[in-house]
Amino acid sequence: MKINTTQWVLLGVAAMLAAGCATSMHPDEARTKAAAMMKASFKDRGQAKVTRIDQDDMQKNCSIYSGGNVMPKDLAARLEKAQQALIKYPADGKLLGDWKAGERVAQAGVGMQFSDNPKNPAGGNCYACHQMTKAELSYGTIGPSLYNFAKLRGYGPDIQRYAYGKVYNSQAFSACSSMPRFGHAGILTEQQMKDVVALLMSPDSPVNK
Amino acid sequence: MRKTVVIAACMGVAIGFASGLALSQQDKSTIEEIERYRQALADGNPADLWEMRGEGIWKQKRGPKNASLEKCDLGLGPGVVKGVYTVLPKYFADSDKVEDLESRLVTCMVTLQGLTPAEARKDPFGGPGKKVAMDALVAYITSQSRGMPMKVSGKHPKEREAYDIGRAIFFHRSGPYDFACATCHAVDNQRIRLQDLPNLLTAKDAQRAYTSWPAYRVSQGELRSFQWRLYDCFRQQRFPELEFVSPASIALTMFLAQNANGGVFNAPAIKR
Ligand code: HEC
Ligand code: HEC
Repeated sequence: MKINTTQWVLLGVAAMLAAGCATSMHPDEARTKAAAMMKASFKDRGQAKVTRIDQDDMQKNCSIYSGGNVMPKDLAARLEKAQQALIKYPADGKLLGDWKAGERVAQAGVGMQFSDNPKNPAGGNCYACHQMTKAELSYGTIGPSLYNFAKLRGYGPDIQRYAYGKVYNSQAFSACSSMPRFGHAGILTEQQMKDVVALLMSPDSPVNK
Repeated sequence: MRKTVVIAACMGVAIGFASGLALSQQDKSTIEEIERYRQALADGNPADLWEMRGEGIWKQKRGPKNASLEKCDLGLGPGVVKGVYTVLPKYFADSDKVEDLESRLVTCMVTLQGLTPAEARKDPFGGPGKKVAMDALVAYITSQSRGMPMKVSGKHPKEREAYDIGRAIFFHRSGPYDFACATCHAVDNQRIRLQDLPNLLTAKDAQRAYTSWPAYRVSQGELRSFQWRLYDCFRQQRFPELEFVSPASIALTMFLAQNANGGVFNAPAIKR
């Protein structure tokens, strides 16, 4: 026997101490280390650069207040206000495009992945997360159903403006929403956003049938 | 009494046909049906081909040192393959790092076979017309843990650190879509289109998801490792390209594997 009894006991105590003392890292430290580790663990590929790991104020705060850690109301209000200031409404004042084109935007799921051709337009992929029409049964449940959106909310200019603003920057109305900021992040063009807003708002749109 | 039997029967069905419970004749035949179907699928899982090829590669003398991997310590001592996937990722004193299966294989290719790290990492995933050693080794080694419960350790300080950092990565929102893993995997019973999304923060879903990788993807005709699963979810998350066996990939795997502890490992599986 190479290790005697005293050494075993000492080893045992050391192991117990190690187990007992090893507490979780402070979440702030874990986040700082995670960000640094991620920067070193990814590489640029096509349009997806490593700078995508960097966070803006909203992303940083939403990462902190997640996993059961609830964001204080005043911080949420401050973030929403900051995001509202970033919304650019169309210069021509027209918020509604063509709902048929909007349906195509809502269906399309590609865009901004390193596997996507940046020359092709991105989609809105609304159906990934929302029910929208009766006809499309393949819809996700991350977001609420938008079926009969304007029929229930009204077709007026204030709701049109809300719908456009929501698609442009979802965070402006509910901080830390899971919905991408389609206008703010440059995912959709102004025309594409007008078209999906028409899909939500037009009385002829299957959304409101 | 009758009621107890019925409840027991229902539970037996729900928890995956636990044996020894009183079941009605009809339940039994239904269960046998399903079991037969499952068996047929299992028998026909093309992952078998990867497993067989992997066993060959494990034993084959390769690299500048003309050595096999048979002396590789994957976590339960040199050469032990049986059950080893259930303890990974884990801390290894020789490399002073937490390693998952794929990174440990890279380490052994370097130390035992004399490859450079770049050579060992060169072909992480198979593709059309290209079969890689790594997929085959992963299939073979994981297959030797089938039926055994996951028991990943979080005792060593570096294991705890990996878990904590992995958790932070899971919640890290960034990129043009503001996505984190948590956007799609932190709520029960959600789906994207018709695709069910596991809530990887709960033991039940984490166990079901984690113990079913690697998997033969019918749609891709490839065997996909857990490293590939992470790589592809980061792609969908609009992140840049995850480097194979990178520290972030291992930390995230540590977080998910520990969440799956207690789940019975059941892969290589077959998926759509
Ligand atoms: C990744 C999932 C996701 C995608 C993709 C997505 N959304 Fe959402 N959306 C949500 C979630 C979650 C909410 C609820 C929280 C909130 O209000 O932000 C929401 C809310 C909304 C609302 C507000 C509903 C209300 O009752 O006030 C509208 C309008 C909306 N989405 C439209 C769209 C449109 C149009 C698209 C496609 C261009 C889209 N969403 C794409 C997740 C998504
Ligand atoms: C935009 C939504 C989205 C994001 C963000 C996302 N995933 Fe996924 N994930 C999916 C979908 C959809 C599937 C099922 C896909 C499939 O079968 O191809 C999936 C599957 C998985 C699975 C396998 C589940 C199973 O039972 O087979 C794991 C594990 C997983 N994701 C982990 C992650 C991790 C870790 C991250 C963060 C790096 C992440 N995902 C980010 C959508 C997402």
